[in-house]
Amino acid sequence: MTSADAIARIRETFGVEPTPEGEALSLALPRERWLAFGRFASHELGCRYFNWLSAIDWKEQGLEVLCRVENLDAGLVVTMRTRLGPGETRCASLAPVWRGADWMERECYDMFGVAFEGHPDLRRILLSEDWEGHPLRKDYAVDTPLAPYR
Amino acid sequence: MEVKPPVPQVPPAVWSEFKDLQEWEKYHQERGTDDKTSNTLAAIADAIHHMPGGWVVTTSTDKIFNWARRSSIWPVTFGLACCAIEMMATFASRFDVERFGMVPWASPRHSDLMIVSGTVTIKMAPMLKRIYDQMPDPKWVVSMGSCANSGGPFRHGYHVVKGVDRVVPVDVYVPGCPPTPDSLMYGLLKLQEQVAAFQKTGQRPTTADRE
Repeated sequence: MTSADAIARIRETFGVEPTPEGEALSLALPRERWLAFGRFASHELGCRYFNWLSAIDWKEQGLEVLCRVENLDAGLVVTMRTRLGPGETRCASLAPVWRGADWMERECYDMFGVAFEGHPDLRRILLSEDWEGHPLRKDYAVDTPLAPYR
Repeated sequence: MEVKPPVPQVPPAVWSEFKDLQEWEKYHQERGTDDKTSNTLAAIADAIHHMPGGWVVTTSTDKIFNWARRSSIWPVTFGLACCAIEMMATFASRFDVERFGMVPWASPRHSDLMIVSGTVTIKMAPMLKRIYDQMPDPKWVVSMGSCANSGGPFRHGYHVVKGVDRVVPVDVYVPGCPPTPDSLMYGLLKLQEQVAAFQKTGQRPTTADRE
């Protein structure tokens, strides 16, 4: 599976155009096809290695979830991203495909408040359980007196 | 009509939910009312202090006690971040604070001093407060490094307590990022000076007391 093969397969199956960025293929997906593409990348493209998952807060345009998976044998790297839309926090979970997505999605929920649907155990992972808000959102004011020690 | 500024609603501290601390305080309160020996001793000390010339006796004993306190300040072994490396260097043989009677002790129950060496996160603050509460009185706190003094480079982060003096009362602030062992030793010597002028009233010493 070379990079050119992967571009052809993705274009044929999902109708989106992957753009090469260095060694990686970057592609934007509609949020309904997030989990479907995860299954496709894992089973068809052979991307067994889940590298990382994170999010970007684009303020009024809403959240964007990013994820990087790799096929280590073929040297194929895929960066998939999806825009959730303004005010939307729900996103499909990739934990059924990659076990490694479990804690990354918990961290993403902790910091950005993305509610991953289908996640086995969506709790806060780094911050304490009684924390209010999601600190990496752009509208989170860090100097507001929230916690008892501020 | 008078417009009042909004009163910030601060939620109760999380550490107050530790039930064993509350039990411990309750035990002490109950014991304080029933302890006849302790009450008698306090009454005798009070009587001596108020007799003509009696304050000379109590002030002199205070001096002896303060000499003893100053000469055996045991810091609790408690490191939070990279400042703890410098603190360990201070405890080690090259700088050797043991010649001041400071023995790093691995139990808060036997310690007099807490060196807050490093960044205090909001998640860590209840544990820090708990260790402080476990130390017997009289106790002192040295805030070591920029992070413990004010939050330091992480002051505008979402997760850092902006100065450990928001959690426990601090006696000596040692600046630096991290402070060298020399700086920490200077701070510890300043603390010894302060302890030497320690009064039972709990008031901070003035410059006149130190001289």
